[in-house]
Amino acid sequence: MTSCVDFINTLSPCLVRAGWNADLANLLSLLLGVVIVATVPLLTVILLIWIERKFAARIQDRIGPNRVGPYGLLQSLADALKMLTKEDITPSGADRILFNLAPIITFATVVLIWAIVPFTPLHIGADLSIGILYFVAVGSIGAVKVMIGGWSSNNKYALLGAFRTIALIVSYEVPMILALLVPVLMAGSMGMQDLTRAQGGMWFIVMSPLAAIIFFVANLAETGRSPFDLLEAESELIAGYNIEYSGFKFGMFMAGEFMHVFTVAVLTAVLFLGGWWGPFVDQVPALGFIWLGLKTAVVYLFMLLIRNTVPRFRIDQVMNINWKFMVPLSIVLILLQSFLLRLIDALGLRPAPELANDLLANLPQTLVLLAGNLVLGAIFMHLLQRHGRTLREADEALAVVKGEAAPAGGMAEA
Amino acid sequence: METLNEWAFVGVFFAIAWVFPALPIIGAWLVRPKKPNALKKQTYESGVETVGDTWVQFRVQYYIYGLVFLIFDVEMIFLFPWAVAYERLDWFAYGAGFLFIFLLTDALIYAWRKRALEWV
Repeated sequence: MTSCVDFINTLSPCLVRAGWNADLANLLSLLLGVVIVATVPLLTVILLIWIERKFAARIQDRIGPNRVGPYGLLQSLADALKMLTKEDITPSGADRILFNLAPIITFATVVLIWAIVPFTPLHIGADLSIGILYFVAVGSIGAVKVMIGGWSSNNKYALLGAFRTIALIVSYEVPMILALLVPVLMAGSMGMQDLTRAQGGMWFIVMSPLAAIIFFVANLAETGRSPFDLLEAESELIAGYNIEYSGFKFGMFMAGEFMHVFTVAVLTAVLFLGGWWGPFVDQVPALGFIWLGLKTAVVYLFMLLIRNTVPRFRIDQVMNINWKFMVPLSIVLILLQSFLLRLIDALGLRPAPELANDLLANLPQTLVLLAGNLVLGAIFMHLLQRHGRTLREADEALAVVKGEAAPAGGMAEA
Repeated sequence: METLNEWAFVGVFFAIAWVFPALPIIGAWLVRPKKPNALKKQTYESGVETVGDTWVQFRVQYYIYGLVFLIFDVEMIFLFPWAVAYERLDWFAYGAGFLFIFLLTDALIYAWRKRALEWV
């Protein structure tokens, strides 16, 4: 590291050579890193809101924002300005400190996750050896913010909405963490750079599609988007835990949600789609940023598609899907995956360390893992189908007893 | 030293992350109109006046879900070291991990049979 070209990583040694105090130089480079890492999601969220609104508008056969700036690109800025000038009402019985704290926590915790996102092979905020645990820990604060917001508003609907949302967020954390075990098993590390590097030969989504799907769906529920949008229930709870919020505090909740969705897309890309891996990334590490951006965009647009086309679940259905389908599935998946990895080792199918990034050398173990995943998925889908049929037949039998015609098309709840 | 630096980054990040959302809220506080009155500050429940206290006891169902979550969340953290060291484990340690997951499954089946997972 003699050159000062890659100045983000080498700023501190460069400054020391220029005659700075070592501690001061270190602190300055840390501050610069923090500002850069935090600014990436902040800048993208302005654009993301526009993309999301345009996308939703196209699906709903509308044009979307098109007045402010070219193609309505400046709409988010106009909205922010408007929110600045809005009167902010704190309900009379509210707990003022917590009431003001909740939107700040919402936004800050999502920004904090970005500390462990590896942008390129060289650039990462903090390559913690327990990156995954850090993500789980910081992500869990999401439940706390909902509780603080709902509780401090002194509104029964807000409190009810908060309870329901927490029941949902907390439940879906279980399959999410279980699914996270699978990449850790395969990479043998919890550091985000190690996890990305381990995907040099084959992406984890191919080696364990079930884990990828479970992680993705559980995170979809964590963000509180449709089909799991139980925290925004206009007809039942007026709105949800954020009824009493107005002005920029409400805006913070919304911006936090938009950014959370994007963060989930990035993490899915990092953990299962190979992160910064792509052509020529060995020669030019900075290219990793572009590859990661492309993969994130694909996942993000897929999330928008789901949000805008899938109808929402009822709360009991959401809980049943989680506890009676996804949790058992992820437990069995871990047992299967660990057993298959042992089997691969015993059969000698694991590629030699110098061939770890070679596609062909990885093919045998990938095929074994993929086959195992597909069989397990097929078994669980079959069980689900059978359960659905049982429910449907019970419904029809009941209808016959009551002397009604059986409901057309079936009313299966599963 | 290098790993310590990573943690220093997280520390600085924790200290600074609060600034980003706090700044616009403080800015809005400086700019926005402030004309509160008693009617405006009422709790919003679709125009109906609030009856009784908000902070009362709610259904036990949420508590049960919280308990089940707690069991799983705490136990799963113990699985991460097992997963990290997986390649270096002998068959005995591997079996121990299996046993642990089996106990986890046992807890799930128990909760299921006790109808703790029903939304009533």
